[in-house]
Amino acid sequence: MRSAARTHFEHGESEYQPIEGQIVWIDRHTDDDKLFVIDLPDGVSLDHDPGQFVQLFVPGVGEAPFSIASSPTKEGPFELCIRAVGNVTNAIHDLEAGDVVGIRGPYGQGFDIDAIAGQDLLFIAGGIGLAPLRSVINYALDRPAEFGDLTTLYGCTEPAEQLFPGELDEWADSDVMDYRETVDEVPDSQEWDGDTGVITSLIPPLEFDPETTVALVCGPPVMYRFVIKALREKGLADDRIYLSLERNMHCGRGLCGHCQLNELYVCLDGPVFHYPTVRDKEEAEV
Amino acid sequence: MKVIDRSDLDALIEELIASDPRDVVGVQEDGEQYVFDHLESADELTLDYDLTALSPKKYVMPQRETLLTYDRTDDEYEMRAEADPTGHIVVGVHPYDLAAIEHLDKIFIDTLQDEPYRRKRENSVLIGVTMQDVADNCFAASMGTATVDSGYDLMVTDLGDTFAVDIGTFEGDRLLESTKTRNATAEEIERVAEIEADLKDGFDRELAFPPAELPTLLEASYDDMDFWEDYAEQCLSCGTCNVVCPTCFCFSVDMVRDLDGDSGRQERRWDGCLLEDFATVAQGENFREEVAQRHRHRFMRKGWYIYERYGDVACVGCGRCTRHCVADVADPCEVYNELREAQHA
Ligand SMILES: Cc1cc2nc3c(=O)[nH]c(=O)nc-3n(C[C@H](O)[C@H](O)[C@H](O)COP(=O)(O)OP(=O)(O)OC[C@H]3O[C@@H](n4cnc5c(N)ncnc54)[C@H](O)[C@@H]3O)c2cc1C
Ligand code: SF4
Ligand code: SF4
Ligand code: FES
Repeated sequence: MRSAARTHFEHGESEYQPIEGQIVWIDRHTDDDKLFVIDLPDGVSLDHDPGQFVQLFVPGVGEAPFSIASSPTKEGPFELCIRAVGNVTNAIHDLEAGDVVGIRGPYGQGFDIDAIAGQDLLFIAGGIGLAPLRSVINYALDRPAEFGDLTTLYGCTEPAEQLFPGELDEWADSDVMDYRETVDEVPDSQEWDGDTGVITSLIPPLEFDPETTVALVCGPPVMYRFVIKALREKGLADDRIYLSLERNMHCGRGLCGHCQLNELYVCLDGPVFHYPTVRDKEEAEV
Repeated sequence: MKVIDRSDLDALIEELIASDPRDVVGVQEDGEQYVFDHLESADELTLDYDLTALSPKKYVMPQRETLLTYDRTDDEYEMRAEADPTGHIVVGVHPYDLAAIEHLDKIFIDTLQDEPYRRKRENSVLIGVTMQDVADNCFAASMGTATVDSGYDLMVTDLGDTFAVDIGTFEGDRLLESTKTRNATAEEIERVAEIEADLKDGFDRELAFPPAELPTLLEASYDDMDFWEDYAEQCLSCGTCNVVCPTCFCFSVDMVRDLDGDSGRQERRWDGCLLEDFATVAQGENFREEVAQRHRHRFMRKGWYIYERYGDVACVGCGRCTRHCVADVADPCEVYNELREAQHA
């Protein structure tokens, strides 16, 4: 027998007990992406750091990790922006307002607010990568006095893929943040009068002070290397770059092994990493 | 140290089978191999064996177990985390397997507080036995796990007509309460020390350097892709080396729906980093696509990564992976020795 007295284990609820979250509002952003607004019992806040994630459980279907898309500065329900790509995510898309899901978390390390306080922030999002970044973008927009200049670059494959369409318009009109966007291509059926080209094409024309700027980056795996290269060419030091990475996750809490990236666990040590921490890890692919 | 007659040890086991609410399991012969299984009587127990097919890890972390159940009544879902508390009395555990469970305790209880594991572990009793036979592939002596001085409730050593019994915990002491034992003599204590010391010479396989050097060696060998590719060429990505390992604990979580459609459960089951899709995310990106990368990951994790986080080398040298790998490329002792040679060449 192993005596409980030898450990610091709290005899409380299991870490695997989800709390009930009720979907109170759903907003379709694209053919494949919807925003889910989720209320916790008694109106409690999730109390997360920007960049953290939750494990969302759909009874009868399964569980998957999602970055929290809303800022903790917004009290009450939290938001997830979910792309339908498979089993669990398609089932989530079939849910309706009023449906109940299980929520575990928040888990992982988010963006280090203390480290980026007082700095100019450059957000670089590709595709669904806007979801995790939006939590920290909105945090900064809600507390502009805590940061310097704010800039967001957002790239999608095509105009119809843009998430948070209404909010993007607000950002474009904002005096507080410089917002720039691009799409890789414009199919004949869609309209677009902005920039075309991959996200990295937005970086060279930017004017920012590499001594006071911090870049926060999230996008598909292929994006990181090119974005980092472009940032380095602008003179930004590696220790001024933060990345949010995605991996396969089953437990969200450092046990199942699926999210391992060399010796790091993306669920515990990430998903947000200081770039120097992962730069030389082959499995980070950054 | 106590001493118990062979017949009294049998009687103790019979007594536990008859009256303890927990299932008593122990080492038995099963065709060509030894296994841990339910004991009907003390006669079925074999304490003189080399290696069991699976380790007793299966009693604290079963191949499948329920983490969560859900039920729908009207329009309400109830979701309940589950943690099966069923403990076992496990008889005949070799020191390397005790070391493996201690290692898992550190991770599942002390660090990450896994309730299903903790409950089973805290309700289990481990009765260890000093090794009498050594499997060909075993290199526990090199890993410092041929003998242990903790991790057991009771530890028995065969002295012929009697067994020496070392009491490891209060629970172990209580088990002996109604059994006839006497204190060991100086000669008997000396005899146990001799048996343990002699054991070290019984191993055919040996790590050519102290295991504490593994993290540095592995770090230096990470980029030697020729070595890893060469080694992994024959690997079938079957994951058997993961499944039989007493320190491997990776799992996946799946949904099992009941036929009524309104209820079901989430189960975790053993998974393995050698399996092709272990690190694949939705839409197909696989972060460890090449078999050589997965093969390397297993050895890095055992000898370096886990050490970085928990201070233990995650291989106790039992030799199960070697024995069960049909391609004969899973042997950590051989891989580590060859890496060391390549480094010094
Ligand atoms: C930290 C983190 C944050 C994320 N944030 C978002 C977000 O904000 N919005 C969003 O749309 N998506 C996000 N994702 C991706 C999302 O988790 C996957 O799209 C989702 O897991 C796919 O599940 P599925 O069942 O729909 O896909 P399927 O392809 O049907 O998945 C089936 C199996 O694939 C495996 N799998 C594949 N990819 C993953 C994965 N990433 N995690 C776990 N298991 C996986 C699992 O074994 C799963 O059982 C995030 C992922 C991570 C790790
Ligand atoms: S090393 Fe051997 S046991 Fe392991 S996956 Fe490869 S073939 Fe299977
Ligand atoms: S890696 Fe092989 S030898 Fe080492 S503990 Fe696991 S099964 Fe035993
Ligand atoms: S998700 Fe299980 S270890 Fe990270």
